[in-house]
Amino acid sequence: MSVRVYIPADAAAKSIGADAVAAAVRDEAMRLGLAIEIVRTGSRGLLWLEPMVEIETARGRVAYGVVRVSDVANLFAAGFLDGAEHPLSLGLVDDILYLRAQTRLTFARVGVNDPLSFEAYVASGGMMGLARAQAISTDAILDEMTISGLRGRGGAGFPAAIKWRTVRDAQSARKYVVINADEGDSGTFADRMLMEGDPFLIIEGMAIGALAVGADRGVIYIRSEYPHAIHVMNEALRIARREKLLGAHFDVEVRVGAGAYVCGEETALLESIEGKRGQVRAKPPLPAHRGLFGRPTLVHNVLTIAAAPTILANGGKAYGDLGVGRSRGTKPVQLAGNVKRGGLYELPFGVTLRELVYDIGGGTASGRPLRAVQVGGPLGAYFPEHLLDTPLDYEAMAKAGGLLGHGGVVVFDDGVDMARQARFAFEFCATESCGKCTPCRIGSTRGAETLDKIVAGVEVEKNMALVDDLLTLMTDASLCALGGLTPLPVGSALKHFPEDFIRAPKCAAAE
Amino acid sequence: MSADVFNADDAERIIAAQMEQARVFYGEDAKGAAPLLPILHALQHAFGHVPPQAQPIIAHALNISQAEVRGVVSFYHDFKTEPAARAVIKLCRAEACQARGCERIAAHLESAYGLKTGARSHDGHISLESVYCLGNCALGPTALLGDDLIGMIDEARADALVAQARR
Ligand SMILES: Cc1cc2nc3c(=O)[nH]c(=O)nc-3n(C[C@H](O)[C@H](O)[C@H](O)COP(=O)(O)O)c2cc1C
Ligand code: SF4
Ligand code: FES
Repeated sequence: MSVRVYIPADAAAKSIGADAVAAAVRDEAMRLGLAIEIVRTGSRGLLWLEPMVEIETARGRVAYGVVRVSDVANLFAAGFLDGAEHPLSLGLVDDILYLRAQTRLTFARVGVNDPLSFEAYVASGGMMGLARAQAISTDAILDEMTISGLRGRGGAGFPAAIKWRTVRDAQSARKYVVINADEGDSGTFADRMLMEGDPFLIIEGMAIGALAVGADRGVIYIRSEYPHAIHVMNEALRIARREKLLGAHFDVEVRVGAGAYVCGEETALLESIEGKRGQVRAKPPLPAHRGLFGRPTLVHNVLTIAAAPTILANGGKAYGDLGVGRSRGTKPVQLAGNVKRGGLYELPFGVTLRELVYDIGGGTASGRPLRAVQVGGPLGAYFPEHLLDTPLDYEAMAKAGGLLGHGGVVVFDDGVDMARQARFAFEFCATESCGKCTPCRIGSTRGAETLDKIVAGVEVEKNMALVDDLLTLMTDASLCALGGLTPLPVGSALKHFPEDFIRAPKCAAAE
Repeated sequence: MSADVFNADDAERIIAAQMEQARVFYGEDAKGAAPLLPILHALQHAFGHVPPQAQPIIAHALNISQAEVRGVVSFYHDFKTEPAARAVIKLCRAEACQARGCERIAAHLESAYGLKTGARSHDGHISLESVYCLGNCALGPTALLGDDLIGMIDEARADALVAQARR
């Protein structure tokens, strides 16, 4: 009997040598004449332990990490194929604290299965959601979605069931399901990990959505920065066609983005699929009424649609029982930047930033004091230490002057220069602006220049007032959140870290 | 990723294949510009850039104006209208990588190899581009070389990355 060895093929694990480790394990087993079967999986999300290698034993799966090529011979010698003790041993996977503390619904199979084994997908509960959806009426599907309380995971947090109903009730010979896998926010990688780790879940979710709203075509729009995810998704679509999950009744294609952050905005994304510049459309009409090629379109983030199979399989109530307030279910939180235990943690809503960053994350990777945490990507606010008790749910984040967005949490130590971060936010907005609104296109460039003057100590008070006016203008007069929310990172940096902006005396003296 | 010379026959073949694929999938919705992004990606893949000579051919095939094609090519950061270097290093410069020291790596690439964002190395073989997030934000600084993702880049790994790019 050959021993099963699981090694992630997730892009993050590959980025620090998982392929080389897999090759070394294969070679060493061959050299020793031991029969093994290497299964490449997604990542469990404990990224600081990657490359993490798991061995299937009678007791369950035993993990080792961080495994480097130079450790491999030694691991074999210690008997790791039997799950033996070793300095790199992490024990039984199911006992690892950082996994036990999670509620893995969407990511239940990620890091466990070969992502492209349809057999393994079905054997581990896949396709149950679709089967249930096929057995009940579309009204009953919509009821389950309503009861679940599921809200959009892409950023805006709009109730999913309302969208589904709107698209279903729209009349058209053709409707689309479009999945937003543009994942442009720095600090986020959950969509990528799910596409690479459990692509059939996304496809099943799309099939459920299509059934409920009456769509016969679907598109997954993936950013070009994700070559591995594009590859895995395309393979999965091919297999799903073979397995008749997709076909003439409902088929899906991957569209690849081309390096434009704003194409993550749903209407710009639709324009992009239509072969146009990624410019934001004015709403109304809503995409649910007139979306892709003018047809009623259900647009969802990867994680939103991937919650549908679980909701249908277990019922909307089980899902909605998790979470707090109006934030129901689980949220895959991505902990990134200067943090010791960075990774993906699927948690019920409501954990505080402090618990996340310190208890789970272990503080900064550099070991220096933490200074700021940015939540929600480039359009999210910077939080100082004293606001870390804010819980991660849509409403609490908004109340604290921020947003939860796609759930990215980026940690900075005391080496950060917050004036530079604020400037970056303006610059990013200027570079990525679709060009439709003047405050976003021109105001952001103006903002970066004005911040430079403030930092240089030039007419500080006057320029501060100017930045203030600009932020108000951008907030009020932008068509979409790129221009409309850039004031969050800038404003929060100014508010919570003023000492980084006011350094006047030394410059004034120099001139 | 080769900077192959432009060839009108190849371009036409690539365009026709993408149009057919869009027609099969989208049916009547596939008219006009619908296949444009896949066409541009395929051309860039074949020629290392989107050759300006290909643009009138695209416009003609899709029955849209040349200005429209130009507008789309210029809107997206990915599409280049000039031949690329043999290898392109895409270094992430977004917030999570900033927090992990990507600016230090950028400075190292410049001082050691003359690699400046948007420019080529001293020997002309490699160019450096900035990208904003590669989805490896817990293990940055991160770069993409071809389809290879490289994480936790310190000076030594940056040197190895340049060596890999030169091969
Ligand atoms: C500038 C900008 C960028 C966005 N980027 C993304 C993105 O990368 N992924 C995403 O799912 N939603 C993104 N959104 C939100 C989408 O517009 C939209 O709300 C979302 O795709 C709807 O899906 P959901 O209801 O499932 O969240 C972005 C919005 C803006 C304004
Ligand atoms: S705010 Fe900026 S990105 Fe959004 S529509 Fe206006 S110009 Fe375009
Ligand atoms: S911020 Fe660099 S990979 Fe995400």
